[in-house]
Amino acid sequence: MARNREGLVLLVDIGPAMHSVLPDVEKTCSLLMQKKLIYNKFDEVGIVVFGTQETENELARDIGGYENIKVLRNIKVVDELVVDLVKRLPRGPVAGDFLDALIVGMDMLIKMYGAGQKGKKRLCLITNAACPTKDPFEGTKDEQVSTIAVKMAAEGIKMESIVMRADASGDVDEKTIEENDHLLSLFSTNAIAKTVYVESPLSLLGSLKTRRVAPVTLFRGDLEINPTMKIKVWVYKKVAEERLPTLKMYSDKAPPSDKFAKHEVKIDYDYKVTAETSEVLAPEERIKGFRYGPHVIPISPDEMETLKFKTEKGMKLLGFTDASNILRHYYMKDVNIVVPDPSKEKSVIAVSALAREMRQTNKVAIVRCVWRNGQGNVVVGVLTPNVSERDDTPDSFYFNVLPFAEDVREFPFPSFSRFPASLKPDEQQQAVADNLVKMLDLAPSPKEEVLKPELTPNPVLQRFYEYLELKSKSTDAALPPMDEAFKRTMEQDQELSSSNKSIMDSFSGGFEVKENPKLRKASKRLLRDKPSGSDDEDNRMITYNANENSIDTVGDANPVQDFEAMISRRDGNDWTDKAISEMKKQIVKLVEDSTTDEGDKALECLLSLRKCCVLEQEPKQFNEFLNHLYELCQEKKLSHFLEHFTSKKITMIPKSEAADSDVADEEAADFTLKQEPKLET
Amino acid sequence: MELDPEDVFRDEDEDPESQFFQEKEASKEFVVYLIDASPKMFSSTCPSEDEKQESHFHIAVSCIAQSLKSHIINRSNDEIAICFFNTREKKNLQDLNGVYVFNVPQRECIDRPTARLIKDFDLIEESFIKDIGSQNGIVSDSRENSLYSALWVAQALLRKGSSKTADKRIFLFTNEDDPFGSMRISVKEDMTRTTLQRAKDAQDLGISIELLPLSHPDKQFDISLFYKDLIGLNGDELTEFMPSVGQKLEDMKDQLKKRVLAKRIAKRITFMICDGVSIELNGYALLRPATPGTITWLDSTTNLPIKVERSYVCADTGAIMQEPIQRIQPYMNRDVMFTAAELSELKKISTGHLRLLGFKPLSCLKDYHNMKPSTFLYPSDKEVIGSTRAFIALHRSMIQLGRFAVAFYGGTTPPRLVALVAQDEIESDGGQVEPPGMNMIYLPYANDIRDIEELHSKPGVAAPRASEDQLKKASALMRRLELKDFSVCQFANPALQRHYAMLQAIALDEDQLGETRDETLPDEGGMNRPGVVKAIEEFKESIYGDDSEEESDSGAKEKSRKRKAADAGDYDFVELAKTGKLKDLTVVELKTYLTANNLPLSGKKDALINRILAHVSK
Repeated sequence: MARNREGLVLLVDIGPAMHSVLPDVEKTCSLLMQKKLIYNKFDEVGIVVFGTQETENELARDIGGYENIKVLRNIKVVDELVVDLVKRLPRGPVAGDFLDALIVGMDMLIKMYGAGQKGKKRLCLITNAACPTKDPFEGTKDEQVSTIAVKMAAEGIKMESIVMRADASGDVDEKTIEENDHLLSLFSTNAIAKTVYVESPLSLLGSLKTRRVAPVTLFRGDLEINPTMKIKVWVYKKVAEERLPTLKMYSDKAPPSDKFAKHEVKIDYDYKVTAETSEVLAPEERIKGFRYGPHVIPISPDEMETLKFKTEKGMKLLGFTDASNILRHYYMKDVNIVVPDPSKEKSVIAVSALAREMRQTNKVAIVRCVWRNGQGNVVVGVLTPNVSERDDTPDSFYFNVLPFAEDVREFPFPSFSRFPASLKPDEQQQAVADNLVKMLDLAPSPKEEVLKPELTPNPVLQRFYEYLELKSKSTDAALPPMDEAFKRTMEQDQELSSSNKSIMDSFSGGFEVKENPKLRKASKRLLRDKPSGSDDEDNRMITYNANENSIDTVGDANPVQDFEAMISRRDGNDWTDKAISEMKKQIVKLVEDSTTDEGDKALECLLSLRKCCVLEQEPKQFNEFLNHLYELCQEKKLSHFLEHFTSKKITMIPKSEAADSDVADEEAADFTLKQEPKLET
Repeated sequence: MELDPEDVFRDEDEDPESQFFQEKEASKEFVVYLIDASPKMFSSTCPSEDEKQESHFHIAVSCIAQSLKSHIINRSNDEIAICFFNTREKKNLQDLNGVYVFNVPQRECIDRPTARLIKDFDLIEESFIKDIGSQNGIVSDSRENSLYSALWVAQALLRKGSSKTADKRIFLFTNEDDPFGSMRISVKEDMTRTTLQRAKDAQDLGISIELLPLSHPDKQFDISLFYKDLIGLNGDELTEFMPSVGQKLEDMKDQLKKRVLAKRIAKRITFMICDGVSIELNGYALLRPATPGTITWLDSTTNLPIKVERSYVCADTGAIMQEPIQRIQPYMNRDVMFTAAELSELKKISTGHLRLLGFKPLSCLKDYHNMKPSTFLYPSDKEVIGSTRAFIALHRSMIQLGRFAVAFYGGTTPPRLVALVAQDEIESDGGQVEPPGMNMIYLPYANDIRDIEELHSKPGVAAPRASEDQLKKASALMRRLELKDFSVCQFANPALQRHYAMLQAIALDEDQLGETRDETLPDEGGMNRPGVVKAIEEFKESIYGDDSEEESDSGAKEKSRKRKAADAGDYDFVELAKTGKLKDLTVVELKTYLTANNLPLSGKKDALINRILAHVSK
């Protein structure tokens, strides 16, 4: 087995008590296998089920015992069959012994890989751990488990147990459960083992790390207290978004007879001086420019290189401050973790001293970091203590990026206390709200915290892999519906809300909400679509006057009024188009026989047309027209009108103003840009 | 527009939110700087920071110059005009004596600031006496009143733009506290009256006039003589006005270069609390990483902007592909095909609403539960009446009970669980430090969280922990290194400030880069205080003991570098470079050489080859 490949044995309890959750176990396991097929296709997997009628494993054959354990698949490279295999796990009639199963799994791993491959061998046990284990031939169960665990640690086998505690009620034996929990905890103290207790199908889906990522440090070096006192640390990502796999583009242009067709798609970039010419620039002939006032200042790569901000790799402590000074919402990015260099015992102690003292006094540290040499910028962040609960895990820090002064937009908002009483809750309403906040509790103390981020999987990923599997079987498979288990992330828990029904009812009774009747449908849409939708301006938009509905042409006298009246007619669908085309005609007419004065009028019309095209979400009509007009003016040398254009900053309607537009914000401005004769340098 | 190939290849739909978070310029401001250029402005001096005597005129002009340099970056859409009064020459549309509107070619009198304007204005003092000249414009006999004229010109300039969408301001720099003092009583009264009326007219049109008086060291500017009426001060404001002036000037000069953005609603959000109660919230992006602004690609010979056209080409036939293009995922030895529509349908798992799921105590929100900058939520009754009331009630309860809300937010890709943390209003010195509302914090999924701690555990082996003594020393150290009054965003981004300084230097042909201080470096002076040094020494000693400086490096890094160097030895790069056969190697092989020689590994294959060639030929 080469570097960075994993050997995994899945141990699944399929005894009667597990039957109800097995569909979810199958889902979790198949997701695990699917991701291996995509990301780690050289990983090797073996599958063992216990609680079966029959017995089929090497230990049973060689030395006897180890009953009701069946090896479904010996350890081998993941392949097409394995997904199907875990998707159709058998149901067993016997309550299995998870300790026996663990030994079988361990034996398989050792026989397969020997003592090599430390840390790359993994056992994954899925059980409800509610059935009693057999007594060992000699010694106590504790001793037996400790021996296994020590052996496991020595062999470098990692263990992961997922224990279902869905229905703790009923006929389970409290004592057995207690004993089993104790045994599992013994593994944790003696081997790299962790046990996750899950209560819902959702957390079962989230409990198994399905994507194996080789952790990479993003920094190894000194955490510098001052130039004489340094602590050796490694920095990793603690949180990083798992995305969908990068899907390649596919071309079907090659003729079906072409057996060697690659079906790949290349992306070409052409750099053109203007849209009209076909002249293409080589990438080296480009230069970066930045806006400075109305102009764009070119900066050559050399200038950039010599003048840019230069950094030196390192982490420097700036000082400590009260944790309360750093409000939680100032964290800017995904989170890093700073661990002491494992080979430097004294650094481990130094981090431990600082972390524990920070925890004790509720302080945090502010640090300035440059992760790599030559990095374009520094990062200022906060270290918060991560004091380990496990004896064998060193203490560490979490690192969060803090904003710079430029990143903060200070906008004032009115104080709640200054609102009139009509906008504020009265005492009774406040009591109702208090009740809701108290009772709609997702972390009741004796039970599992619901929707813990650590146990909540990403629904989109889940759905993608499910769909992928279906599609691989049949090309036109329909998109599967959202998995039932994910309802809990998207809707309030039925059980929780029905047990708090009276509270919910009193909340909805106590807080009456209603649509603002003053806003009519049409203007409501406008509010939404207006990009800079700041407060009062929105209400000053065109007022539709019903009396003017009879207007059906855009006349010479008051073109703007006619047009606005016409476009607001709601007694037919085609008025909008008609009004726009009438208005276009009028503008062309005005421009063509324009003196300077007429130019102003045309401009007014154009502005009005633009405004209405934004309101009516007809950006294309306007943008095309504007292009047309621009060409017309050039052709006829009507440059004075074009000047008006520029001075009034008439631009095309960009995406931000009308969603349907295919003009990006920058390009909209470009339109006026290209009329400027030449840029100053 | 810069196209990043990484971005283009990313299959993820552009986060629909990102366009909302894009920065938008603030609403416009129109400013006229009115500078008194009377002889008194040149003759009066006051000591500057470095003890040199500077004329009031110089102070005013350099203040404006500084201010313009920040202005062009911070709010480049604002329009400004510079206007001197009490001048010998005249230049203004109204053709009034004693008023000179300064401008440069290709620019209207009131327009956006340009590099040329700033450049020429920097040199104004050299050419001023020759081209514009200083001359007292208030002459009793001719009834000339340059102050009156100046206000008139300024007001005329500010006729541009609607007062509803723009702020209009006049900044008046003068050191004459009694402009009509030398007049005969009757003339004085008359001139005072007409000038005040002119100012009032301007104010009635929505123009605000701000006075920046310059005082002589031994005679303070007496605001009560004339200007209090012009700018409309009374009572307390009057006594507070003069002390605040110095600060105002400083503020104008030392603005942080920071693009100012309009307060805009990033998103309207429907917050579904329970059946029957859905309220309306507005989401604001109050914290977003500031960037130097978009890159415009230019033709390097003409400096004209160029258009980037992207096309998809079929590798087999060379045909141009039309979007949307099908995607494939290799899976189990086949290619599974997805259409763009299928992929977007797949990601659509919810409406864009915010759905309340329940509440948890704040201790459940861990420090590593964070993905990206938070969004600030504030209620609105505009569309749904009753929203504010319900929001305030929940807000109060959550603060009181120390709980946060967990909700599902469908407005991002992928949709996420979010924590809504109620934030009480914090005010200091009359300003709002934290607005009241809730901050929406995007939570990671289980898929996104990595178990690094486990990686660093050694089973059965207790990790070393600090002893009592070491904790005590750490505590002493922390007390010594306490940052007083730390506020989260007190540091300017050094790279960004540097970028702006570079832009300014290049745009204005400045020889020197404006100084940018890196505020993020540790405070050396403070670190070297004996008490601090001692505390650090003691902590160090308690950890490392007194003998060893630091733990020695195991040298693993050196070894790995050597190993890589050995790998590179498989090829004779010099030979390959000479014969032009480098291109036959794979990128990985090329990189072994680069690693071995400590060269950067970035770029495409061509870039790598060029880098090797450059290195080999050395």
